[in-house]
Amino acid sequence: MSLALIVMLPFLGALLPGLMMRSGRNACAITTGSVTFLAFSLLLTHAPAVLRGEVIQVSWQWLPALGLNVSFFLDGLGLLFAGLILGIGLLIITYSRFYLSKADSMGAFYTYLLLFQGAMVGIVLSDNILLLLVFWELTSLSSFLLIGFWRHLPEGRQGARMALAVTGGGGLFLIAGMLLLGHAAGSYELSVILERRELIQASPLYLPALLLILGGCFAKSAQFPFHFWLPHAMAAPTPVSAYLHSATMVKAGIFLMARLWPVLAGTEAWTWLVASAGLVTMILGAWIALFKDDLKGLLAYSTVSHLGLVTLLLGLGSPMAAVAAVFHIINHATFKAALFLIAGIVDHEVGTRDVKRLGGLLMLMPITATLGMVAAASMAGMPFLNGFLSKEMMLEQAWHHGWLAPGGWLTPLLATLGAVFSVAYSFRFIVHVFFGPQRDDYPAKPHDPPAGLWLPPALLVALVVLIGLFPETFAGDLVRTASAAAMGAVAPEFHLSIWHGVTPALGMSVVAVAVGLLLLWRYPGVRGLWARGPHPEAKVMFDGVIAALVRFSRALVLNLHNGSLQRYLAILVGAAVALGFAAYLGADGAARAPGGRETLAAGPVVVVAWLLLMVSTLMTVIMHRDRFVALILIGVVGVIVSIGFVYLSAPDLALTQIAVEVGTVILILLALYFLPKVTPVESGLGRCVRDGALAVLGGVGVGVLSWAVMTRDFSSISTYYLEHAKPLGGGANVVNVILVDFRGFDTFGEIIVLGIAALAIFALLEGALHGRLAPRLRNWTPDYAHAADRHPMMMVVATRVMLPLALMVGVYIFLRGHNMPGGGFIAGLVVAIALIMQYMASGFGWAEKRMPVDYHAMIGGGVLVAAATGIGAMVLDYPFLTSAFDYFSLPIVGKFELTSAMPFDIGVFLTVVGAVMLALAQLSKMGQRLNQHAVNTQPMDYNPSADRQADATREN
Amino acid sequence: MIQLALYFGFFAVSVALLLNLWRLAVGPKLMNRILAVDTMVINAIALIVLFGIQYRTTMYFESALLLAMFGFISTVAYCRFVLRGDIIE
Repeated sequence: MSLALIVMLPFLGALLPGLMMRSGRNACAITTGSVTFLAFSLLLTHAPAVLRGEVIQVSWQWLPALGLNVSFFLDGLGLLFAGLILGIGLLIITYSRFYLSKADSMGAFYTYLLLFQGAMVGIVLSDNILLLLVFWELTSLSSFLLIGFWRHLPEGRQGARMALAVTGGGGLFLIAGMLLLGHAAGSYELSVILERRELIQASPLYLPALLLILGGCFAKSAQFPFHFWLPHAMAAPTPVSAYLHSATMVKAGIFLMARLWPVLAGTEAWTWLVASAGLVTMILGAWIALFKDDLKGLLAYSTVSHLGLVTLLLGLGSPMAAVAAVFHIINHATFKAALFLIAGIVDHEVGTRDVKRLGGLLMLMPITATLGMVAAASMAGMPFLNGFLSKEMMLEQAWHHGWLAPGGWLTPLLATLGAVFSVAYSFRFIVHVFFGPQRDDYPAKPHDPPAGLWLPPALLVALVVLIGLFPETFAGDLVRTASAAAMGAVAPEFHLSIWHGVTPALGMSVVAVAVGLLLLWRYPGVRGLWARGPHPEAKVMFDGVIAALVRFSRALVLNLHNGSLQRYLAILVGAAVALGFAAYLGADGAARAPGGRETLAAGPVVVVAWLLLMVSTLMTVIMHRDRFVALILIGVVGVIVSIGFVYLSAPDLALTQIAVEVGTVILILLALYFLPKVTPVESGLGRCVRDGALAVLGGVGVGVLSWAVMTRDFSSISTYYLEHAKPLGGGANVVNVILVDFRGFDTFGEIIVLGIAALAIFALLEGALHGRLAPRLRNWTPDYAHAADRHPMMMVVATRVMLPLALMVGVYIFLRGHNMPGGGFIAGLVVAIALIMQYMASGFGWAEKRMPVDYHAMIGGGVLVAAATGIGAMVLDYPFLTSAFDYFSLPIVGKFELTSAMPFDIGVFLTVVGAVMLALAQLSKMGQRLNQHAVNTQPMDYNPSADRQADATREN
Repeated sequence: MIQLALYFGFFAVSVALLLNLWRLAVGPKLMNRILAVDTMVINAIALIVLFGIQYRTTMYFESALLLAMFGFISTVAYCRFVLRGDIIE
């Protein structure tokens, strides 16, 4: 339980900073810190057991059908990473309190930070790989918010976008890879997958899964060729950089490689891919870091390089290399977080982090300088510091592995080269920032910061020294359990110590330091050499690729999706016709012939009705340009269809059709008032022919299909419903029982859609009422003369008399709905129409005053009532929307039935009334606004270029 | 006897519907068409009630009721549109 709590705490805590911010910055920081501290303490309570070698597991089922469970487990590797994430997180939170200025929104910052923290802890503790993917995506999203925290800076926004594009894109690879892996292993639980190494490596899916997973890991951990996003993410506030790029975000990829090491490593493909990516990244990152003038840029490329080192070690695939990798993860997290924080202090107190403008800070900022020099020396791999130990182990492993070249000399050589650059840029950090003459042109007066800023890095530097001097005491057990967990086996015997005797690694180290210092001594010359070489700018390439993608998708979308409804319909109908005819022509003879079922006789009345339908449809087509006449003709079609439903024994449909017809006519008339009354001639002959042909073909196709179906006997699902409606749903009206019971979930979805549609109408028209289009509406004049009779008395009286009758019919139809034709939907329409009558007779203003109903609330209330019915079933331990019914009897009333479908139907009813009324009310409000001229504040009534300007700003 | 009356009823209503159709098609004015639809709705009510009598069921009665109650609203809406443009002022 407490494992899940460790993950959930940061997420829950993320709600607090925004609230606590009102009590001041200290309260905000302390609250945030307490959340992390609590999670950290919980983690530590598990530490003794984990260090003894136990694995703590906890699991709940979430979507077992998909293999998705909420399961967490804590072993050595998880403990190491969770410890780093939460521990360093605590320091970062402290530091941020003093780093952020008053203008920065601290509440938002801490919220993002906690979200990120929770997502990271989720990754390292997840047992289920699908759950892990969820957290993985969450880190991409929350890091986007953190990197772009200073959203007023274009670099911040662009860096955040780039990080999101690269890591999010990598996330897509990872999803595919993990699904393949889970498929190959037959389980999505990591603890199971880790035991199926042979099965997975023998699977044909192994290689694709490996490639995809590595794609995701490399993108996240900034491995070549995805390394370019990390330096651009440096536009973030420094605490964010320190957190994301020392201990967490970029370590997520490393973590996953370590986590999956037992199943994926050990093959040739793994070694080649991982080790070479690591090696290239290590050397390239270190080389570029040497020439970065921005302190954070230098550290960013150094991070890239060190991640490459860890990747290289993981790639080598030997147990000792994995131990070294785990050890270096700890060491890198400590010294790199400290260095980032120190860079932040320098930036904060001196006002610049450009190396060329720094120098001579040793005496001005003694504390900062001391901390910075120790941490940088550890980064360089100097003895008695922790960086030295893991680098020695790396060189040792490189020496032993004959990978890459037969003689085995190339790997050690390249590893040493990486170390050389590493020494050079680390000492450049020390020498060019803290040594040299003091200057008189610092942007601010340099001095040591308040304790809140230097204490966190001091703590980390203390760890750097302690682990460096007493590695076995301070890190031995952790490294042993973590690497054992990473290997899925007992860790090899090793003893962390400073002195290993005179080994090749020591020699390589000495060479690296000597050559590195030489490079620094001759720095101007080396830099000149570098300046002459090519400098491929990743950002330009990235932007180019993105721009090309945008162009491509824009071309694709704009050509397919050009806004012409005719074109969409033509494509849609054309495709349906083509598919239908292809299927028809491809079928054999028997299937093509009409079925042998007896057709019903068509009586004279039916023929008359059919004639009416045909003629009015034809007339609609012929007269469609006169929109009002077309509307009248469609009304006729509606009446005939209603009669058809009655004739074919579908009274429910007939009732619905009648009510819907009326509502539709009113809606369209309201809208038609503002629209041209005549449809202009727009299509040329060619298009008319095309559309006509498509329409005829489509109609013929549907006709043939209907004929084919209706002349055959087929068994349908309706028998089931007819048999079970009464015993299972307690209603004799099958249609209603299907709506509220059998397919209640569909109905629930549909009323939500209906509500959303009404709200969308409201929102769209709100733009016409109050937005930039409002002046245009105000100045619109009706296109023909009006009679003077606004609210004729006859109509008013008639509708008043009708109101109670109509409401009565509504209630009646609602109540009988379960057993006879009717129900909430029809009743809703009936009541809505009864109310609309009053609006029509006495005008909007009058009716609105007498019906002060908030239709928004009505829609929401309806959906909530329906949902509450469904949840009621869940409370009683049945699935959502299970309905129940029983019979009761009362004196006078007699025996009657109560069903739980009734409140559900009330929800439907409320939503329908609310939706219809909201749409009508909003449309009629437009008419009301017409003659109210307000004082003009805009230069012109409707400014079409404003649209373009608004679009342009949005795109930027 | 009732069967004969029904036959006559169906015949009369059908003829009425055809005549409505004629008026709808020919016009000549908007008002003629609106009234044609209105009358058609009344005939539709008659038709539904006749169906009910023929099949000896009350099941269809509500359809006739709704048509009777709301059929005129469409007509009113059409007329208001012609007269005032805005049907809800």
